[in-house]
Amino acid sequence: MTIKEIANCLDARVLCGEDRLDQSVTSACCSDLMSDALAFIHENAALLTGITNPHVVRTAGILDLKCIIFVRGKVPPDEVLEMAREQGLVTMTVNKTMFTCAGLLYDNGLRGAPMGWPCREEAVS
Amino acid sequence: MVHAEYDIQKGAYNSAGEASADIKRKLQQLGISPVTLRRVAVSSYEMEMNIIIHSLGGTMGLCVDKDWITLSSKDQGPGIEDVELAMSEGYSTADDDARSMGFGAGMGLPNMKRNADDFRITSQLGEGTQITITFKVM
Repeated sequence: MTIKEIANCLDARVLCGEDRLDQSVTSACCSDLMSDALAFIHENAALLTGITNPHVVRTAGILDLKCIIFVRGKVPPDEVLEMAREQGLVTMTVNKTMFTCAGLLYDNGLRGAPMGWPCREEAVS
Repeated sequence: MVHAEYDIQKGAYNSAGEASADIKRKLQQLGISPVTLRRVAVSSYEMEMNIIIHSLGGTMGLCVDKDWITLSSKDQGPGIEDVELAMSEGYSTADDDARSMGFGAGMGLPNMKRNADDFRITSQLGEGTQITITFKVM
Protein backbone atom coordinates (compact mmCIF):
# COMPACT_ATOMS: atom_id res chain seq x y z
CA MET A 1 0.00 0.00 0.00
CA THR A 2 1.45 3.41 -0.85
CA ILE A 3 1.52 6.14 1.76
CA LYS A 4 -0.75 8.19 -0.49
CA GLU A 5 -3.31 5.37 -0.45
CA ILE A 6 -3.03 5.24 3.34
CA ALA A 7 -3.64 8.98 3.60
CA ASN A 8 -6.68 8.74 1.31
CA CYS A 9 -8.05 5.70 3.14
CA LEU A 10 -7.83 7.46 6.52
CA ASP A 11 -8.82 10.90 5.22
CA ALA A 12 -5.59 12.08 6.80
CA ARG A 13 -3.89 15.46 6.73
CA VAL A 14 -0.25 15.09 5.71
CA LEU A 15 2.04 17.10 8.02
CA CYS A 16 5.40 16.58 6.32
CA GLY A 17 7.02 14.49 3.60
CA GLU A 18 4.46 15.37 0.89
CA ASP A 19 7.08 14.52 -1.75
CA ARG A 20 7.41 10.94 -0.47
CA LEU A 21 3.82 9.76 -0.66
CA ASP A 22 4.53 7.32 -3.48
CA GLN A 23 6.61 5.09 -1.18
CA SER A 24 5.13 1.72 -0.27
CA VAL A 25 4.73 0.29 3.21
CA THR A 26 4.44 -3.44 3.73
CA SER A 27 2.89 -3.53 7.22
CA ALA A 28 1.62 -1.37 10.05
CA CYS A 29 1.91 -1.35 13.82
CA CYS A 30 -0.27 0.39 16.42
CA SER A 31 1.48 1.33 19.64
CA ASP A 32 1.87 4.07 22.20
CA LEU A 33 4.75 2.12 23.72
CA MET A 34 8.00 2.69 21.88
CA SER A 35 9.63 -0.38 23.40
CA ASP A 36 6.86 -2.50 21.91
CA ALA A 37 7.41 -0.80 18.57
CA LEU A 38 11.14 -1.54 18.85
CA ALA A 39 10.37 -5.18 19.57
CA PHE A 40 7.69 -5.94 17.04
CA ILE A 41 7.64 -3.54 14.12
CA HIS A 42 9.28 -4.36 10.78
CA GLU A 43 11.12 -2.02 8.45
CA ASN A 44 9.11 -0.35 5.67
CA ALA A 45 6.21 -0.15 8.10
CA ALA A 46 3.85 2.60 9.17
CA LEU A 47 3.53 3.35 12.88
CA LEU A 48 0.14 4.44 14.23
CA THR A 49 0.48 6.19 17.56
CA GLY A 50 -1.04 8.76 19.86
CA ILE A 51 2.36 9.81 21.21
CA THR A 52 3.70 13.05 19.74
CA ASN A 53 7.02 13.56 21.51
CA PRO A 54 10.50 13.41 19.89
CA HIS A 55 10.99 9.78 20.97
CA VAL A 56 8.48 8.64 18.37
CA VAL A 57 10.58 10.17 15.61
CA ARG A 58 13.81 8.83 17.13
CA THR A 59 12.28 5.36 17.36
CA ALA A 60 11.14 5.62 13.73
CA GLY A 61 14.69 6.58 12.77
CA ILE A 62 16.19 3.59 14.57
CA LEU A 63 13.71 1.28 12.82
CA ASP A 64 13.95 2.88 9.34
CA LEU A 65 10.21 3.42 9.25
CA LYS A 66 8.63 5.29 6.35
CA CYS A 67 5.59 6.87 7.93
CA ILE A 68 4.11 7.92 11.28
CA ILE A 69 0.35 8.27 11.56
CA PHE A 70 -0.74 10.36 14.54
CA VAL A 71 -4.20 9.19 15.56
CA ARG A 72 -6.97 10.82 17.61
CA GLY A 73 -6.36 14.12 15.80
CA LYS A 74 -3.00 14.69 17.45
CA VAL A 75 -0.45 17.01 15.89
CA PRO A 76 3.13 16.99 17.19
CA PRO A 77 4.97 20.19 18.10
CA ASP A 78 6.89 21.97 15.32
CA GLU A 79 10.29 20.77 16.56
CA VAL A 80 9.13 17.16 16.31
CA LEU A 81 7.89 17.71 12.77
CA GLU A 82 11.22 19.33 11.90
CA MET A 83 13.04 16.23 13.18
CA ALA A 84 10.75 14.08 11.03
CA ARG A 85 11.49 16.23 7.96
CA GLU A 86 15.23 15.90 8.54
CA GLN A 87 14.86 12.12 8.69
CA GLY A 88 12.80 11.99 5.50
CA LEU A 89 9.73 10.64 7.27
CA VAL A 90 6.17 11.14 6.15
CA THR A 91 3.87 12.17 8.99
CA MET A 92 0.12 12.61 8.97
CA THR A 93 -2.66 13.23 11.44
CA VAL A 94 -6.01 11.47 11.43
CA ASN A 95 -9.10 12.56 13.33
CA LYS A 96 -10.09 8.99 14.18
CA THR A 97 -9.29 6.54 16.97
CA MET A 98 -6.41 4.12 16.60
CA PHE A 99 -8.89 1.23 16.45
CA THR A 100 -10.81 2.79 13.57
CA CYS A 101 -7.61 3.61 11.68
CA ALA A 102 -6.35 0.04 12.06
CA GLY A 103 -9.69 -1.33 10.90
CA LEU A 104 -9.79 0.86 7.81
CA LEU A 105 -6.23 -0.03 6.83
CA TYR A 106 -6.82 -3.75 7.41
CA ASP A 107 -9.97 -3.56 5.34
CA ASN A 108 -7.90 -2.09 2.53
CA GLY A 109 -5.37 -4.91 2.58
CA LEU A 110 -2.64 -3.71 4.93
CA ARG A 111 -1.57 -6.23 7.56
CA GLY A 112 0.42 -6.22 10.78
CA ALA A 113 3.88 -7.70 10.91
CA PRO A 114 4.01 -11.40 11.85
CA MET A 115 4.36 -11.86 15.59
CA GLY A 116 7.45 -13.34 17.12
CA TRP A 117 10.95 -12.04 17.27
CA PRO A 118 11.84 -11.60 13.64
CA CYS A 119 15.14 -9.82 13.71
CA ARG A 120 17.56 -12.45 14.96
CA GLU A 121 15.85 -15.42 13.33
CA GLU A 122 15.83 -13.67 9.97
CA ALA A 123 19.46 -12.79 10.32
CA VAL A 124 20.67 -16.31 11.10
CA SER A 125 18.39 -18.29 8.78
CA MET B 1 38.54 -1.47 14.36
CA VAL B 2 36.18 1.18 15.74
CA HIS B 3 35.81 2.24 19.38
CA ALA B 4 33.43 4.80 20.78
CA GLU B 5 32.18 5.65 24.25
CA TYR B 6 29.22 7.77 25.27
CA ASP B 7 28.31 9.36 28.61
CA ILE B 8 24.63 8.86 29.33
CA GLN B 9 23.00 10.96 32.04
CA LYS B 10 20.15 9.92 34.29
CA GLY B 11 16.84 11.33 33.07
CA ALA B 12 18.36 12.94 29.97
CA TYR B 13 15.25 12.48 27.87
CA ASN B 14 15.97 15.51 25.69
CA SER B 15 19.11 13.96 24.26
CA ALA B 16 17.87 10.36 24.42
CA GLY B 17 18.68 8.45 21.27
CA GLU B 18 21.60 10.63 20.18
CA ALA B 19 24.23 8.06 21.15
CA SER B 20 22.29 5.32 19.34
CA ALA B 21 21.88 7.48 16.25
CA ASP B 22 25.65 8.06 16.24
CA ILE B 23 26.30 4.33 16.61
CA LYS B 24 23.94 3.62 13.72
CA ARG B 25 25.70 6.23 11.55
CA LYS B 26 29.12 4.75 12.33
CA LEU B 27 27.96 1.24 11.42
CA GLN B 28 26.33 2.48 8.21
CA GLN B 29 29.65 4.09 7.25
CA LEU B 30 31.36 0.74 7.82
CA GLY B 31 28.92 -0.92 5.42
CA ILE B 32 27.30 -3.21 8.00
CA SER B 33 24.37 -5.11 6.45
CA PRO B 34 20.88 -3.66 7.00
CA VAL B 35 19.67 -6.69 9.00
CA THR B 36 22.60 -6.55 11.42
CA LEU B 37 22.44 -2.76 11.53
CA ARG B 38 18.82 -2.91 12.61
CA ARG B 39 19.50 -5.46 15.35
CA VAL B 40 22.35 -3.37 16.74
CA ALA B 41 20.42 -0.11 16.43
CA VAL B 42 17.40 -1.45 18.30
CA SER B 43 19.61 -2.91 21.04
CA SER B 44 21.66 0.25 21.45
CA TYR B 45 18.53 2.37 21.73
CA GLU B 46 17.12 0.05 24.39
CA MET B 47 20.46 0.09 26.21
CA GLU B 48 20.64 3.88 26.09
CA MET B 49 17.04 4.29 27.29
CA ASN B 50 17.63 1.82 30.12
CA ILE B 51 20.50 3.94 31.46
CA ILE B 52 18.42 7.12 31.17
CA ILE B 53 15.28 5.66 32.74
CA HIS B 54 16.58 3.26 35.36
CA SER B 55 20.12 4.20 36.39
CA LEU B 56 21.94 7.03 38.12
CA GLY B 57 23.89 7.57 34.90
CA GLY B 58 26.58 5.63 33.13
CA THR B 59 28.44 4.96 29.93
CA MET B 60 27.74 3.06 26.77
CA GLY B 61 30.42 1.70 24.46
CA LEU B 62 30.72 0.45 20.90
CA CYS B 63 33.50 -1.80 19.64
CA VAL B 64 33.63 -3.12 16.08
CA ASP B 65 36.19 -5.52 14.67
CA LYS B 66 36.23 -7.70 11.58
CA ASP B 67 33.82 -10.32 12.88
CA TRP B 68 31.97 -8.85 15.85
CA ILE B 69 30.12 -5.77 16.99
CA THR B 70 30.03 -5.31 20.76
CA LEU B 71 27.79 -2.94 22.71
CA SER B 72 28.44 -2.48 26.40
CA SER B 73 26.99 -0.43 29.21
CA LYS B 74 28.08 0.28 32.75
CA ASP B 75 26.04 2.36 35.12
CA GLN B 76 26.53 3.82 38.59
CA GLY B 77 23.59 2.08 40.20
CA PRO B 78 21.25 1.42 41.81
CA GLY B 79 21.51 -2.14 40.46
CA ILE B 80 18.77 -4.66 39.75
CA GLU B 81 17.29 -6.57 42.66
CA ASP B 82 16.08 -9.56 40.63
CA VAL B 83 17.73 -9.88 37.22
CA GLU B 84 15.63 -12.88 36.21
CA LEU B 85 12.43 -10.93 36.87
CA ALA B 86 13.79 -7.90 35.03
CA MET B 87 14.40 -10.13 32.01
CA SER B 88 10.71 -11.07 31.85
CA GLU B 89 8.85 -9.56 28.91
CA GLY B 90 6.40 -6.94 30.14
CA TYR B 91 7.96 -6.44 33.58
CA SER B 92 8.94 -2.82 34.14
CA THR B 93 9.83 -0.52 37.00
CA ALA B 94 9.80 2.60 34.81
CA ASP B 95 8.31 5.67 36.48
CA ASP B 96 5.42 7.81 35.25
CA ASP B 97 7.75 10.23 33.42
CA ALA B 98 9.16 7.41 31.31
CA ARG B 99 5.73 5.90 30.70
CA SER B 100 4.27 9.23 29.62
CA MET B 101 6.89 9.35 26.87
CA GLY B 102 6.10 5.89 25.57
CA PHE B 103 8.64 3.85 27.49
CA GLY B 104 8.24 1.26 30.21
CA ALA B 105 6.73 -1.57 28.15
CA GLY B 106 9.03 -4.00 29.90
CA MET B 107 10.65 -5.06 26.64
CA GLY B 108 14.06 -3.39 26.95
CA LEU B 109 16.26 -6.17 28.31
CA PRO B 110 14.41 -8.99 26.49
CA ASN B 111 14.60 -7.01 23.26
CA MET B 112 18.37 -6.65 23.63
CA LYS B 113 18.76 -10.35 24.36
CA ARG B 114 16.64 -11.50 21.44
CA ASN B 115 18.42 -9.28 18.95
CA ALA B 116 21.94 -10.20 20.05
CA ASP B 117 24.03 -13.29 19.36
CA ASP B 118 25.32 -13.15 22.92
CA PHE B 119 23.92 -11.26 25.91
CA ARG B 120 25.51 -10.94 29.34
CA ILE B 121 24.25 -8.98 32.31
CA THR B 122 25.65 -8.63 35.80
CA SER B 123 24.12 -6.46 38.47
CA GLN B 124 24.91 -5.73 42.08
CA LEU B 125 22.31 -3.95 44.17
CA GLY B 126 23.74 -0.69 45.46
CA GLU B 127 26.56 -0.74 42.93
CA GLY B 128 25.35 -0.96 39.35
CA THR B 129 24.65 -2.97 36.25
CA GLN B 130 26.88 -4.02 33.37
CA ILE B 131 25.59 -5.37 30.08
CA THR B 132 27.63 -6.70 27.18
CA ILE B 133 25.96 -7.77 23.96
CA THR B 134 27.62 -9.01 20.82
CA PHE B 135 26.52 -9.41 17.22
CA LYS B 136 28.23 -11.43 14.54
CA VAL B 137 29.02 -9.30 11.52
CA MET B 138 27.10 -10.78 8.59
